[in-house]
Amino acid sequence: MLAWTIYLSLGTALLLMLLPERREQWARFLALGAALGGLVLSASALFQSAPGSFRTVTRLSWIPTLGIDYHLGADGISLVLVFLTGLAAVAGILFSWNIGHRPREFFALYLALIGGVYGVFLSFDLFLLFVFYEIAIIPKYFLIAIWGSTRREYAAMKLALYSFVGSAMVLVGLVAAFVFAGGQTMSLADLAAHRFPREFQMWAFPLVFVGFAVLAGLWPFHTWAPTGHVAAPTAASMLLAGVVMKLGAYGCLRVAMTLFPEGLQPWGFEWLGIGSWRDVFALLAVTGILYGGMVALVQKDFKFVIGYSSVSHMGFVLLGLMTLQTIGLTGAVLQMFSHGIVAGLLFAVVGRMVYDRVHTRHLDDLQPMNLSRGLPFAAVTFTLATLASIGLPGFSGFVAELQVLIGAWQAYPTLAVLTGAGILVGVAYGLRALQRAFFAERRSCTDGQASGSARGAPAQPPDSPAPLEPISFPERVGSILLIAASLAVGLYPDLLLKYILPSFNAPWFDGLRGGGLP
Amino acid sequence: MSDLPLITILTLTPLLGGFLVMGLGAGRWPLARWLALACSFVVLALCLVISARFDPAAGVMQFGERHQWIASLAVDYRVGLDGLSLLLVLLTALVTPMAILASWHIERQAQIYHGLVLLLQAGLFGTFTALNFFHWFLFWELSLVPAFFLIRLWGSPARSAAATQFFVYTMVGSVGLLLAFLAMFLATRTFDFLELAKLGREGALVQALADTLGWRDLTVRRLAVVIFGGAFLGFAVKVPLIPFHTWLPATYAEAPTGVTMLLTGLMSKMGVYGFLRILLPLFPEVMRWLTTPLLVLAVLTIVASAGAALAQRDLKRMLAYSSINHLGYCLLGIFAVLNSPGSASGSLTHQSAALSGVLLQLFNHGLTAATLFAFIGFLENRAGGRRGLDDFGGLRKVAPVFCGLMGIAVFSSLGLPGLNGFISEFLIFQGAFPLAPWAASFSLLGLLLTAVFLLRLLQRVFYGPLNEKWVALADLSVGERALVAPPLILMLLIGVYPQPLLAAVNATVIRMLEGGG
Repeated sequence: MLAWTIYLSLGTALLLMLLPERREQWARFLALGAALGGLVLSASALFQSAPGSFRTVTRLSWIPTLGIDYHLGADGISLVLVFLTGLAAVAGILFSWNIGHRPREFFALYLALIGGVYGVFLSFDLFLLFVFYEIAIIPKYFLIAIWGSTRREYAAMKLALYSFVGSAMVLVGLVAAFVFAGGQTMSLADLAAHRFPREFQMWAFPLVFVGFAVLAGLWPFHTWAPTGHVAAPTAASMLLAGVVMKLGAYGCLRVAMTLFPEGLQPWGFEWLGIGSWRDVFALLAVTGILYGGMVALVQKDFKFVIGYSSVSHMGFVLLGLMTLQTIGLTGAVLQMFSHGIVAGLLFAVVGRMVYDRVHTRHLDDLQPMNLSRGLPFAAVTFTLATLASIGLPGFSGFVAELQVLIGAWQAYPTLAVLTGAGILVGVAYGLRALQRAFFAERRSCTDGQASGSARGAPAQPPDSPAPLEPISFPERVGSILLIAASLAVGLYPDLLLKYILPSFNAPWFDGLRGGGLP
Repeated sequence: MSDLPLITILTLTPLLGGFLVMGLGAGRWPLARWLALACSFVVLALCLVISARFDPAAGVMQFGERHQWIASLAVDYRVGLDGLSLLLVLLTALVTPMAILASWHIERQAQIYHGLVLLLQAGLFGTFTALNFFHWFLFWELSLVPAFFLIRLWGSPARSAAATQFFVYTMVGSVGLLLAFLAMFLATRTFDFLELAKLGREGALVQALADTLGWRDLTVRRLAVVIFGGAFLGFAVKVPLIPFHTWLPATYAEAPTGVTMLLTGLMSKMGVYGFLRILLPLFPEVMRWLTTPLLVLAVLTIVASAGAALAQRDLKRMLAYSSINHLGYCLLGIFAVLNSPGSASGSLTHQSAALSGVLLQLFNHGLTAATLFAFIGFLENRAGGRRGLDDFGGLRKVAPVFCGLMGIAVFSSLGLPGLNGFISEFLIFQGAFPLAPWAASFSLLGLLLTAVFLLRLLQRVFYGPLNEKWVALADLSVGERALVAPPLILMLLIGVYPQPLLAAVNATVIRMLEGGG
């Protein structure tokens, strides 16, 4: 049944294209139906699976001469990320209910993207994985270029170019692996079991890892992310930050690290204390955490704050991967889930609840509006989302960061401390955005103090000019869905941990075990 | 009845009550106010039930509950109460209704305000009863969020900067704490306070840290000091110890009075509680290595804060520094306990005197400081937000009851015999003098300065010629008298007959000393 998440999304996308142009409402409900179907399928698959088990969903011979199979399967990691995709897809549709410009095409492309993402998470054949990976890139371009805002053509093109360069690197690595392994198979399990020569792994690993990590926002290849997130329409930003960045991180773990575990081993020499690709990427990850946070701290555009915060948070995922500790890897996967939920929520508030109503995202413009009065629901949602993003206990991000940090203490104590500083930077920019956007005072015309001042205050009515459109029902449902998910995982992390943790016992992680995985 | 999970009920009541109150909506804020008050009284009653069932002679964790929570991180839901926790839980239950009553005049978004106060109370209960880091940290941070919003949304004009400063400073401490505990988890695979304390007592914790971390070839000793430093930072900011105090005066001054009462009466106790519950049992060795610098910090805190209070012109800021000063005595007591030369039976007596004094001081300071701030709040309400030391004068003539009752609180804070503050400070000094004579002697200077600035406060505000502006100043209303009567009566009672409180903590103190020292 799990394979139907893919077919349902892609099928509905086709169906939407065939729908008459004026049936806008149908398009919305069809898309919502498909997304809900995907969510139900993924949730039931996750919660009915036995922890630690791997399940082949479908395996058909596809191109036998090249040993390529149509192989869909799922372990705990896949299931958790598929579940995240289901949640993000539903929430994204709820938050784009008001799209008035060509909604039919919008939802068709949206579902095509979702279908591709499901496909990547479920593929256990590398050729198939790559096909789905490319399927996911194309709709992104159109979603941003057609429905986007600020410099959308530029952002869409930048995103597409970065993605293609990344995939080209991945492709070279995969083809090389295929050839080196004898050209018989593209199956992940078989290739992972093949012991590639060390010299080969030493160059193939960074190639494939960076290829995927571009999409995960690895510093300094992250620059597509903020511009892309900002330009994209709300639902697309939610998916970009929430799910697409996870594709990159997932690829790093599932492909690069699994196939070429020896690429993580020391080079044999040290330069400035860096002795392996693992050290390099761990350092880049922490740089991303700190740099993303600091840049977010000085942004004037509300959406850029969130965009850079994504770079910072994805740094935790990459750092978790580089710890090579079970606990760090588990934390990385949980952080993928958590960030997917929280980033989606943040973008929903900024893009849909605020921008669509007041038509500005500039923090200096938002400041005098005191939106906590005009949009109390948005203020509460953003407050909770900020707390979750800061990594306050009780929300999913805390458990994930905790595990990543434990792993980091073991592998890189100094980086663990720097990451702690990164958390503080996160607190600073989160509070700043929260206060500026929602809880700022109108200095010139506050009710109490202005009367006493002798200054001739401008005759401005105390309330903002026009009452803002109230928060709609779909927005409320979407917010509650995401907040509930983050809280549930934060308060009872075993909900997901019991599926993620045993997945690392699978045979294809054997190679990593040499590097310290117990 | 005896199997009821009393502590869980105690924590959940204000938590759910808080959400209920907030959910009432802006239109029904008067009802929300009453509901919040009722909720805080229910909690107080529950606390009294718990204290009645508490066995003071046992000295171990009582009312324990333990359930599996997060299997993959070895986290259990584990709570319990000993004398220390009981005292603080009781204090929390007492001060919260006072704070709600002192905020009765707040009408703007009152349902949110009182809901947040109840959430803060839940956070405090959780902090004082949790026995597992994960669970404890959840509540530690949970209490921070309502406090931030209470200051941010209802404070005086400079609130925005104060609230941010408060939050960020506390988070710096929290991150240090978090990193330290994660390192300990890595070394020991447990978050459980009691298990960690056992390892700490045996010296195994320090060794385990050295075995697992191997950080930049630090020696065992240095590494332990670094990890201790992380945890220390969290509590030092919260108490606060000078020089980690700079967030406090602005925060206390800008927060609305009810919230200041909660901050000084309860949240500052979280820091001292951390020293007693976590640092002392987990790092006895490290703290003994560092006793001298720690004592220097405590003395500095006591003397410098008293000096700073002397220089203040704003009554709230003056009391804020006085609060730092009083908590400094607690830390003096704790650090003096570590300074004992050996395990001679004589020093054990001193140690237990000092430690009992510390525990009592927590309770007494909470009561007295909250009451004092309530009085300042009354004054501020009457004077339209003015609270300068020189804004008043001669108020005794128009408000004799105000003057008399506030006098009791001031004298209690100053440590006059017969009132509660005297007992605890006397015990602390009685214990600290033989253990750390130089530190105790220097600290006496702080005591002296405290007397000076508190008396000057009384003198400038209530005595001298009546300031013409305040001829029509109203004396305390019935409601206000009702609010301050219970704490004032308690101050007198404890001052005269401290035995029940001492009995409640005695067994705990003995156990802490045997375990920790």
